[in-house]
Amino acid sequence: MAAEVTEQPTAEFRPEGAEILDEQRAAAMAGEPPFAETTRTVGDRLITSLKDSVIAAVIGLVLFGPLVGLETVPGSESRLAVNQRWGVVAIIVAVVFAGRLALNLLVWHTDYPITASFGRIFSRTERMHQADWIIVWVVAAILAVLNYYATELAELMVIVATIAFVVVVGRKVFAAYIPDLPYSQIFGGLFLLFAIALPLIAYGLLPDQLRYVMDQAVVMLAYIMLGWGLNIVVGYAGLLDLGYVAFYAVGAYSFALISHYFGLSFWVCLPLAGILSATWGLILGFPVLRLRGDYLAIVTIAFGEIVRLILLNWADFTGGPAGIGHIPQPSFFGLPFDRSEHGVAAFFGVPFSPILRIIWLYYIILVLALITGTISSRLRRLPIGRAWEALREDEIACRSLGINTRNTKLTAFACGAMFAGFAGSFFATRQGFISPESFNSGESFLILAVVVLGGLGSQLGIVISVIFINAVSELRQFHEYRVLIVGLALVLIMVWRPRGLISTRFPSVQLRDRKKVPAAVPAEGHG
Amino acid sequence: MSRWLTDPILTVEHLTMRFGGLVAINDLSFAVGRGDITALIGPNGAGKTTVFNCMTGFYKPSEGRIALGHAPDAFATLAAATATGRAEAKGSLFLLERMPEFEIARLGKVARTFQNIRLFGGMTVLENLMVAQHNKLMLASAYTVGGLLGLSAYRKGHDDAVERARYWLEQVHLVERADDHASDLPYGAQRRLEIARAMCTEPLLLCLDEPAAGLNPRESAELNQLLRFIRDKHGISVLLIEHDMGVVMEISDHIVVLDYGEKISDGSAEFVRNDPRVIAAYLGVEDEAEVAAVESA
Repeated sequence: MAAEVTEQPTAEFRPEGAEILDEQRAAAMAGEPPFAETTRTVGDRLITSLKDSVIAAVIGLVLFGPLVGLETVPGSESRLAVNQRWGVVAIIVAVVFAGRLALNLLVWHTDYPITASFGRIFSRTERMHQADWIIVWVVAAILAVLNYYATELAELMVIVATIAFVVVVGRKVFAAYIPDLPYSQIFGGLFLLFAIALPLIAYGLLPDQLRYVMDQAVVMLAYIMLGWGLNIVVGYAGLLDLGYVAFYAVGAYSFALISHYFGLSFWVCLPLAGILSATWGLILGFPVLRLRGDYLAIVTIAFGEIVRLILLNWADFTGGPAGIGHIPQPSFFGLPFDRSEHGVAAFFGVPFSPILRIIWLYYIILVLALITGTISSRLRRLPIGRAWEALREDEIACRSLGINTRNTKLTAFACGAMFAGFAGSFFATRQGFISPESFNSGESFLILAVVVLGGLGSQLGIVISVIFINAVSELRQFHEYRVLIVGLALVLIMVWRPRGLISTRFPSVQLRDRKKVPAAVPAEGHG
Repeated sequence: MSRWLTDPILTVEHLTMRFGGLVAINDLSFAVGRGDITALIGPNGAGKTTVFNCMTGFYKPSEGRIALGHAPDAFATLAAATATGRAEAKGSLFLLERMPEFEIARLGKVARTFQNIRLFGGMTVLENLMVAQHNKLMLASAYTVGGLLGLSAYRKGHDDAVERARYWLEQVHLVERADDHASDLPYGAQRRLEIARAMCTEPLLLCLDEPAAGLNPRESAELNQLLRFIRDKHGISVLLIEHDMGVVMEISDHIVVLDYGEKISDGSAEFVRNDPRVIAAYLGVEDEAEVAAVESA
């Protein structure tokens, strides 16, 4: 402890290379367009923007035409036949055209030559900020289009990406006319409505793929929930936890074992699993209280492995590598999902279908994820959340202000672990079978990657990065390369946006106006 | 006038701090008067910050007793309290060397600032002051449960905390910057903010580690005013480490001078200024002159 008091402020050790590059880039373009705006009329700009968009659309056609428009399928007499899909190409070209036009008119306000803009997009300049966003969605859309080779989920994702695209660009337009509307609430509300209506939307658009879409949605929501839970530990409190999957495992096994030995139902076990996981969070928290940074990360990896190895080797109790099966399904307010006359289908008088259970699971995880998101964002605005963030910024200053840093760290660990426990018991009930294999450390790294990619402390960023990573995982065509793609994305993010996709932080309390804290300011956490 | 002898808020007795073989503080005893501004001065490396770290619990002293009395009569029970082995007696006498740092701040009501400013740079100015009121707000939010439910008790506690923060921001002329993040402030403002943050913990003893370091003369003058305001209007005792003699001599009621971990002078500003040992320690003297000065003192 003696050394800590005299050491330099940790803020000085922030990596600066990327920021210097950014600043140089920003400086390099300081004198560039829109200098021509004074002489150019609106009509001129529209015409040049249209021209530019047409060029972009043509390039899009050339690129996507052969790639997407022509598909080889097994034809007659074991020959390959070519399946033509010009409708999809037309959608893509239209998206490129409209997007380019919107960018030209609303964001760039000028007619950049088409090749010059990409180098400038990743800049921290306020004007460019929206462009970053749009690029994220365009990348997601392209991925989804590639994804089309494998599944029709792609169409849905293109639609989602387009909606988001329109919302991001459209918001700017609306904000110019009606600046006072609570846009973030409206945006969140729309998002929520979309999530609630998703089964209907999916049924309407892709009736054949309904089961697949709902499965994907459930997986994504589970990861979003885990990401939000880990965000409390890593994003708010700045404690690098690489063994988060251990709490997920504790939650899953708590439910499985309690139901196996005592026959309790999902709804009884869910809170128990949360409590048990939180307890394990405390148990892990105690020995690592004094560790910071790298040392903490190493010990948390070890903890994750210990939990997995215990589950693997304590065969009498946990079933060992064979796992535990026949985990009960959650009932619909007491009604089981089966063909019997007491089942849900019979009760509502609809024909039985296994999809009913999947949709019910979807709503359960949606509610769980929303609870996680709401509680963790409220916690951030409460004294405990501010103490977590203060702990990330400067632990010694916290102690000098009378904050019990031990308890504060333990609550962060316990809260994060509790949400992982809920998610774990959901995982167990969804799978119906769990084994230690599902809880290896790769899973921890994936969840951490979600949080880092999305932006430490940002809930929306985590949603986006889960969608991205899931889209990449669904690239059946490039299955062997999907980890490579995620790794590449992480590297690019670290180069361009070292603090993640969304790195602005809103203050938890304000005296007057709402101001964002720029990305470079919050400390990265050292403990 | 020597209130530090008649009515101390803090007494340091036989304090020794050793780091391995290095003796940073050797058998140091002094007292801080209640409602005084006390300055702890000395050349570089004299052990001033070490004394601070011992008092505020960041170091565990090797030897010695540091007692803090909230009420004037608290020191009467000092010997009895020491014998009990506990850190606290009747809620008004605290043996600081037995307490961890956050309890010294929370129960002992000792607030401190740091030589190298330690603000929460990524949080706003107002948030910094809200973090300082953490313990009070935790109680108001019923340890987060009430806050999550949005109970009125928490809302009231929250509003009170914002008001207290606003009050101190007005005192340090930072109310305009309340929603800016702390690392955005100029150096002098960061110093003032750190003092405001310490004051938001509602201390009885405020310990400032070189508050005037890096300030220009106008800012130093403002600091003097602020410290006088804290002492006179809020009745808070101030202990400061300072190298800026303009600040020290002007506002201090009592000055303790350290050199090589030992006390070489202790008294009013006038007394210390004329003490040949202090002059010798600060300015250096010829070998014979130093001997003579020490002998004559």
